[in-house]
Amino acid sequence: MSTTRTMSRPAPTATTALSRMTALARAELTLLGRTRGALVAALFLPLVMPVSVRSAAEEMDLAEAGLNAGTLVLPAAIGFSLLFAVYSVLVGAFVVRREELVLKRLRTGELRDVEILAGSALPAVLTGLVQCLLLAAACSVLLDLSAPSAPQLAVLGLLVGLVMCTALAAATASFTRTGESAQVTPMPLMLVSMMGSGLFVPLELLPDKVAAICELLPLTPVVTLVRGGWTGDLSASESLGALVTAVAWILLGVFAVRRWFRWEPRR
Amino acid sequence: MESNGHEHVIEVTDLRRVYGGGFEAVSGISFSVRRGEIFALLGTNGAGKTSTVELLEGLAAPAGGRVRVLGHDPYSERAAVRPRTGVMLQEGGFPSELTVAETARMWAGCVSGARPAAEVLALVGLESKAGIRVKQLSGGQRRRLDLALALLGDPEVLFLDEPSTGLDAEGRRDTWELVSALRDGGTTVLLTTHYLEEAEHLADRLAIMHEGRIAVTGTPAEVTATQPSRISFELPEGYFVGDLPPLGELGVTGHETDGRTVRLRTRELQRSATGLLTWAERAGVELRGLDVRSASLEEAFLGIARTVSAEQAGGMTTKEYAA
Repeated sequence: MSTTRTMSRPAPTATTALSRMTALARAELTLLGRTRGALVAALFLPLVMPVSVRSAAEEMDLAEAGLNAGTLVLPAAIGFSLLFAVYSVLVGAFVVRREELVLKRLRTGELRDVEILAGSALPAVLTGLVQCLLLAAACSVLLDLSAPSAPQLAVLGLLVGLVMCTALAAATASFTRTGESAQVTPMPLMLVSMMGSGLFVPLELLPDKVAAICELLPLTPVVTLVRGGWTGDLSASESLGALVTAVAWILLGVFAVRRWFRWEPRR
Repeated sequence: MESNGHEHVIEVTDLRRVYGGGFEAVSGISFSVRRGEIFALLGTNGAGKTSTVELLEGLAAPAGGRVRVLGHDPYSERAAVRPRTGVMLQEGGFPSELTVAETARMWAGCVSGARPAAEVLALVGLESKAGIRVKQLSGGQRRRLDLALALLGDPEVLFLDEPSTGLDAEGRRDTWELVSALRDGGTTVLLTTHYLEEAEHLADRLAIMHEGRIAVTGTPAEVTATQPSRISFELPEGYFVGDLPPLGELGVTGHETDGRTVRLRTRELQRSATGLLTWAERAGVELRGLDVRSASLEEAFLGIARTVSAEQAGGMTTKEYAA
């Protein structure tokens, strides 16, 4: 051969991390749209659950905790959105892609491991984000929720919540073998969060000792930051404490993924 | 570019792979593949072919030894290697709910310098299936989709893990033609197969793997030449092996008997066959089931499996003559 291929062809347009993740996210979005069960859970439940919180709130003495219907329901609604639209959907997506050998196939290409996870997570994360914004708008209109007093805290809470749910979903997928068990393995975190992270009952209304433990649960700092963003009565140290707890959970999730995440099914 | 023609694109030295349970799937193998060459790893299931290829693809780090693909470590320097390689795994790995076109578009977005998706789908004859979901494809169509995606980035090095498994005869021929054409265009191809015909047809050089080791390597002709030719027939009624002319004098290097069937091994096929047939003619007997065949890759393949198992059994059931 007088000329080699490398000489004869033009320099290829190199992909970037962003272009690769976008291509993957686009495919994953198509898949999310075609998975009816996941779609109903992701879109419907987070919009319905807050209604039950609203009716439960009528039994509570909210004023004592410095809350009203809006500042109770909105953080709870955002919590449900993170659990149903992001966390639980992603556990299923990661596990099913692994079972289908998609993750293994992706790893043979130019995508780096973190890009595979992030790109696959992007549609669910965006769904969660849009849902939270819609919920905030709905709560302001329907529950007379005033504008947030410390919006930066609410934004921060939402962002760490999205990152945390992605990391914890990948960590949960590390311990989930099949698509069927992915229906069950997200349950512990979801139930514990609903009970203990102030989704139904604000921590302020719990006994002090119980509340102290509940503050350490993963979703609690997210709810705390979002609620604090609206009420504006979260001190700097309280905000920092919540942030540290959230980051600790994210790091724990990342550690678990690096240590235990499997890219192909057990044989 | 003559010097580049002999460049080693893949170099493997003392490669070992050990799985979690302590099972050693690859036990110290070495080989190299030159640019523009088709190299086949041939072996039975469980010989360690896929375990080896996965190390070359950079999917896992070796337990020992060294791999270089295009001069780089495919595991630790993946960013340097991946844009220049194409991989076809043993099994698909596509979301079942995406269509063929969506799958190709997704993969194209992850490949540097990707060719138009429609072009590679046409190359493997899937252009009419673009709108079909992957789950509705037949096994053979999925293999061809996998091949198309491996070709998207116009790779310099192509890894094909059992590319024609699940294909019908025609699909297999098409794949062979495509792979040969790629080689002629300068692509280096490493493929695994358990089809001897495929290795014989495609490979410039091959290695036969058995239980994690390379038993023999070379061009198909070289590997075949390591094996003897064979003559088999049924002994006529009333005759015994001892009634045959002295086999050593006919150039026969060994024989086996199985009931009345006699199998001779020889490196001088014409001389041995002539001697045997002359004897039969003179004795006025008919040699039923007479089968005279030159050494083939199949003989080499089976010979290797047999030798290794015989060594493991600790005894030979066949008689060997001094050469």
